Amino acid sequence: MTNPPSPRPHSGPSTSDGTAPAEELIRLTDVTKVFNSGRPNEFTAVDGVSLAVEAGRVTGLVGPSGSGKTTLASLMGCMARPTSGRIRLDLEVENGSSGGTAFPGGEVSSLPERFLTHIRRRAFGFIFQQFHLVKGLTALDNVMLPAYPAGERHHELRDRAKRLLATFGMAAKAASKVEWLSGGEAQRVAIARALINDPSVVIADEPTAHLDTSLSRELIAILGDLRAAGRTVIVASHDPLVTESGLLDRVIRLRDGRVEPPEPTDP
Amino acid sequence: MTVSSWIQKQRYLIEMTLSSLLRRKGKFTALIVVYTSIVFLLASVMLFTEALEREARIVLSGAPDIVVQKLVAGRHDLIPRDYADAIREIRGVTSVRPALWGYYFDPVFGANYTVMVPEAFDHGRGEVAIGPGVAKATGSEIDYILPIWTSKGKLTSFFVKELVSSESQLVSADLILMSEADFRMVFDIPEHLATNLVLEVRNPRELPVIAAKIADLLPDTRPVLKSEVQRTYDSVFSWRSGVVVAVLIGSVLAFIIFAWDRASGLSAEERREIGILKAIGWETSDVIQMKFWEGTVVSLTSFLVGVLGAYAHVFLTSSTLFEPVLKGWAVIYPEFRLVPFVDAYQIAVLFFLTVVPYTVSTIVPSWRAATIDPDAVMRA
Repeated sequence: MTNPPSPRPHSGPSTSDGTAPAEELIRLTDVTKVFNSGRPNEFTAVDGVSLAVEAGRVTGLVGPSGSGKTTLASLMGCMARPTSGRIRLDLEVENGSSGGTAFPGGEVSSLPERFLTHIRRRAFGFIFQQFHLVKGLTALDNVMLPAYPAGERHHELRDRAKRLLATFGMAAKAASKVEWLSGGEAQRVAIARALINDPSVVIADEPTAHLDTSLSRELIAILGDLRAAGRTVIVASHDPLVTESGLLDRVIRLRDGRVEPPEPTDP
Repeated sequence: MTVSSWIQKQRYLIEMTLSSLLRRKGKFTALIVVYTSIVFLLASVMLFTEALEREARIVLSGAPDIVVQKLVAGRHDLIPRDYADAIREIRGVTSVRPALWGYYFDPVFGANYTVMVPEAFDHGRGEVAIGPGVAKATGSEIDYILPIWTSKGKLTSFFVKELVSSESQLVSADLILMSEADFRMVFDIPEHLATNLVLEVRNPRELPVIAAKIADLLPDTRPVLKSEVQRTYDSVFSWRSGVVVAVLIGSVLAFIIFAWDRASGLSAEERREIGILKAIGWETSDVIQMKFWEGTVVSLTSFLVGVLGAYAHVFLTSSTLFEPVLKGWAVIYPEFRLVPFVDAYQIAVLFFLTVVPYTVSTIVPSWRAATIDPDAVMRA
């Protein structure tokens, strides 16, 4: 459906949690994230989590509201740094238009924001719960937005964005302002935007929260297609439609910021 | 990053900026209107005073080195012509000439003219040369009749024989030139008197010494040096522009508060947008660059429109808004236009006082907003 992702996973050690052996892409070791540290409203969102995410599979972060799914997803996606613990990425990130390697893989938890941003832009695509499209811009412009800082040639970028929109059946709506789109259409634009930089990992945070059942099923099918195209997908959700769809290759259950032991019935 | 991709990136950022401005049309229109008005007012004052000072310099460039006036009880009076003979004896004085000039109020058109007898008048009795302001006010052309009331209340007709032109309209606009005999007839000035005496001096450094000698020799006179006139002109113009600037300080302060409020108070929508951009892979520096372009577009547009508007206001509409304040007594002059003159230094000062602070004031809060963790948008 789309080109194979550009940042390639390294061959890493096999997982230690007993699941089927696969290339390990992201490894978290004893990761903790504390918000408002030292203040009366201090709050530990993720508490000593250690886990691995395998390449080319769909990993589900499942748990009730407030269990730390979103925070964990943002830590994996280099959106935030952990308060303590280590996050390691086993993928190589290219240097965009000038070529070369910007990040050869390794520890990211202590990298400066600039590097994290570069890795995030090149290696990750995000699908947000609220879509987070920029109002006033067209669907096409929204899809192109993540690629602007790289300074890619306009016609190349526009063609790629159009192809992505066409992939999701949105070619006719390319010139429409995003506020005119229905929920399902906005969701598809958000997915196209997540894929514009050809990321190897797609992180979807509660992607079905604002969709009805039929649109949710459509989205689940799209995420399945992304896996089939060789991408790694991380889905944070507590929607039974997602968790019981068979989409998830692996489920990580969270509660109160900690990983719950795997249930025997988990895939 | 290669040069071409850097350029392309800036193009994307500018495109994003323009679309952002268009999306908040009302807010940015208000901002640009206020900003433009401030630049317009400040630039108008600067252009106007600078042009007036320049006019004054042109006027003074043709002025005599020393003018000798007679004083009676501290008031300017007509001076006897034979005083010139005494002054001529002072070493260093090249020439002394009685000058005849005065003001004439035209009751028909309600305008005040300057009437002068030039050193050499090319026309005869009953004929005048008039400045463009007089011609316009009275609707006169060559060979038209210009009626003038004499000081004895008799209406006398003069033929317009020439339209005077000059580098400065301030010099020539309200001018009526006539022969000495006609001047004496109109204002009833006896043969042995003149308005004042004008002197030329060989060595400018001797001017104060010669002035002192004149004051010694003729105690009822007052020698006025060119430099003193220059100083008076300067202080009058500076004082007047100072008054306007003082009046404008209120509006400038209002603008600063407005700009600061606009700049420091990013709307929730703008913060959200910055959060999204950060989350999808924009760096803090990318957001700041975009805000830099936004500040630049707003302030440059306002600056250019404001300065061009001020130019048109000062040089094409004769500073309609400022005339009562800045021209002072000259309001009864016929209308005149200033010679267009723009001082690059002053424009540069205006630029650095408006564009730079505004652009910086938009960047700082954006920088603060752009340094938020990108995951804030995930948790929103």
